[in-house]
Amino acid sequence: MGQVNLAGTTVDFNEEGYMTDPSQWNKEIANEIASEEGIELTDKHFEVLQFLRDKHTAGEQLTIRKVGNSGIVDIKGLYQLFPGGPLKKSSRIAGIPKPASCV
Amino acid sequence: MEEQVLDKPITKKVKEDKPLKKVCIICAKGSIEDVYAALVMTNGAVMEGIEAKLFFTFFGLDAITKNQMNKLHTSTVGNPAMRMPGGLPFPSILGLLPGVEAGVSAMMKKQMEKLDIPPVDEFMDMITAGGGEIFACKLAADMFGVEKEDLSEHVKDIITVGQFYEMCGGEGTQIIFT
Repeated sequence: MGQVNLAGTTVDFNEEGYMTDPSQWNKEIANEIASEEGIELTDKHFEVLQFLRDKHTAGEQLTIRKVGNSGIVDIKGLYQLFPGGPLKKSSRIAGIPKPASCV
Repeated sequence: MEEQVLDKPITKKVKEDKPLKKVCIICAKGSIEDVYAALVMTNGAVMEGIEAKLFFTFFGLDAITKNQMNKLHTSTVGNPAMRMPGGLPFPSILGLLPGVEAGVSAMMKKQMEKLDIPPVDEFMDMITAGGGEIFACKLAADMFGVEKEDLSEHVKDIITVGQFYEMCGGEGTQIIFT
């Protein structure tokens, strides 16, 4: 997919639409990607996104169970925040790679 | 979408991949590996935004029976893929000894917990939280004398095979027998 101009900056994406450099991420970019997914981001969304980014930086493999146990939102709530693919969509909006776990 | 160029006549045919919309998964066995295969596939579908129905029948009913679901075992006899820790073959005769099956099963569960794979009831909680639905087979329930109140709260209903097929309609639906 290459480079895309988002929120006034150049952002690198792979062919599946995931950002390849998480350090380019900011809230405006998140809003742009989210609107493409049909999601309007709230503070709760950003709490989840920050949690995912922190875990990714720590090198942990992400699962919806981890998000559910984070104290931010339960799994049902996570599905409501990111309908139709909670972990994939939230990871994409958080500017981190596509999740590689099966649970 | 994939473009396919045919040589005669010179036409361009566009082949479209239709995405999977719904999976109906059947689990008929009650060992750890059989039940988890069905649970992982169902949960995986829900996570991908695919509608998912999970149907338990025969010995699979153990996985949704309240006082059995978190005590599932794996069989230590007649399983040629069973290995000792370290990779040496596991002699079937060892599997007959009291406590071996329980020990092996506990080890498997510990290993799964490390990979963030939840216990059966929590896994079903995750599936239903995402909109997946879990059913029990009426014939098997009658056979084993299981009533709705014996089953986990995550079980939506006890249904007949006819009702199951009614749920499996629609384009992009697959039935999977694990």
